[in-house]
Amino acid sequence: MMPTHRSSRILLPVRANFITISLIVALVLHFIPMGRFYAVPDFVALVLAFWCVREPLRVGMGTGFVLGVIVDVAHGAVMGQHALAYVLLAYASTVMSRRLLWFSPGAQALHMVPLILMAQLVMLVVRMLVGGRFPGWDYFFSTFTTAALWMPVHFILLIPQMRPINRDDNRPI
Amino acid sequence: MAASTGHQPPPFFRRGLPPSAKLTIYVALSLALLVGDLQMSYLTTLRQGVAILTYPLQIAAATPAEFARNVSNYFNGLISLQRENERLRADRLQSAKQLLRSSQLEHENTELRGLLDMRARVKVQAIAAEVLFTARDPFSRKVILDKGGNQGMEPGLAVVDAAGVLGQVTRVFPLHAEVTLLSDKEQAIPVLIERSGLRAVMFGTGSGLTELRYLAANADVRVGDRILTSGLDGVFVPGLPVATVIRASRDAAESFGRILCLPIGGVERSGDVLVLGRAGGLPQRPAEEALDPRRTAVGRISQRHEPERAQSAPHAASPPGASASAPVAMPPARAAVPRAAASASVAASSAPRAARSSAASAASHSAAQSVSQGSAQAVDSAPKGGN
Repeated sequence: MMPTHRSSRILLPVRANFITISLIVALVLHFIPMGRFYAVPDFVALVLAFWCVREPLRVGMGTGFVLGVIVDVAHGAVMGQHALAYVLLAYASTVMSRRLLWFSPGAQALHMVPLILMAQLVMLVVRMLVGGRFPGWDYFFSTFTTAALWMPVHFILLIPQMRPINRDDNRPI
Repeated sequence: MAASTGHQPPPFFRRGLPPSAKLTIYVALSLALLVGDLQMSYLTTLRQGVAILTYPLQIAAATPAEFARNVSNYFNGLISLQRENERLRADRLQSAKQLLRSSQLEHENTELRGLLDMRARVKVQAIAAEVLFTARDPFSRKVILDKGGNQGMEPGLAVVDAAGVLGQVTRVFPLHAEVTLLSDKEQAIPVLIERSGLRAVMFGTGSGLTELRYLAANADVRVGDRILTSGLDGVFVPGLPVATVIRASRDAAESFGRILCLPIGGVERSGDVLVLGRAGGLPQRPAEEALDPRRTAVGRISQRHEPERAQSAPHAASPPGASASAPVAMPPARAAVPRAAASASVAASSAPRAARSSAASAASHSAAQSVSQGSAQAVDSAPKGGN
């Protein structure tokens, strides 16, 4: 199938402030107390992966590590649990970013499933080694809700970079 | 080579370290954090610092949720409020009756104790707090309280609600505190069975229930028995209701019975709670000579590492095989008496080994019985200086 180049529509450069704000909003969403309802998507992982795919030179494993430590403290988890998972997630998304950008948002969401699953598995393994209890299989629901949110997040986070379309037939691109 | 010719690569090509190198660095850092947090608990300061940053965000996230809950409460209407008011009035009358009587009884108790020349009972201090939200860690059972170190919270304090014990404060931040619930897999609490006075250690199962471990298969436990705190750990106030036995199954193949309990307090619900602690210092430990000599063989490691063990006592009180971050953490000042409970649980935990070694000569049942007697003696000899 020929790539349609719809995805490589010329975007404005991302403002650093916008990245920061989106990450903070993701943190706040992630801190909403939901009790024992496990299907809540991991917003931080989602936004982190998005920026790692879109801006691999600006957002990467360092950001993932810092965010992971913050989430660890806020959740009362073991220090380094989320940090490790987010670092691995950021690495995988950064490495895959060139390839992922050729796909439509829906296909990108499918690509996200194994990445987020890996992050969750890492956290599970870390906690089980340390002596935590197995939270049950619904723990993995959050992988799929997170991946399903890729498309809306993809749309929302690209809005500020969208240039208004004024077609000019004489311009080559 | 680029530097020698005076040409710098354009910024477009500058990408820093290769991703694999970065990955190695950050994974190593995360693993260092993990080990540091679990094995050495060096990271309290870092945790406190980050918590100061995250707490406003957490409150910002929790407030709309609470607001929504309050709105739904508001529209629940007058009738439910009136009903609740009625119930509270009735409750108040009931408890006022008990209170009047209890103050008289307490007075009498003090006088009688004075006559008998016994130690005065420990005084209890309490802090009222509210459960802000459940911590979103699927691997443990924790809640966050709205009072912190600034309001006098300390790690190790007991958390109760109107019905019974909920858990124990395990981490204290300046403005909030983390409570590990009774049902957490790593939470242990020394208890006694009200009917028979049998002492035991209760552990969480991780699924909302708790379990009495290391009780012999023929121990006197029945379904419906109420379980109270024994106060042997020096942290919990004795006599608080903890749980009710809901299943006691005895399998002849195993040395220990499997006894499941349901917490009496609203462990999985949120609301207003009371944080209880012992005001003032703990009573002195009895002299070492007074102890049963068998305890040195079973429960204690040696006499020489005294100061070292005083610090590691909170960890020793955790279930065998649990991590070093076990939530039975107590401030060092309180660590003196918990050692008694700790050694008791160690004695109990070494029971399977003893049972296995003696299985060749005796029936495992009788072995378990004798071992449990041994551990019961270990517990018995501990609280003599207690009250």
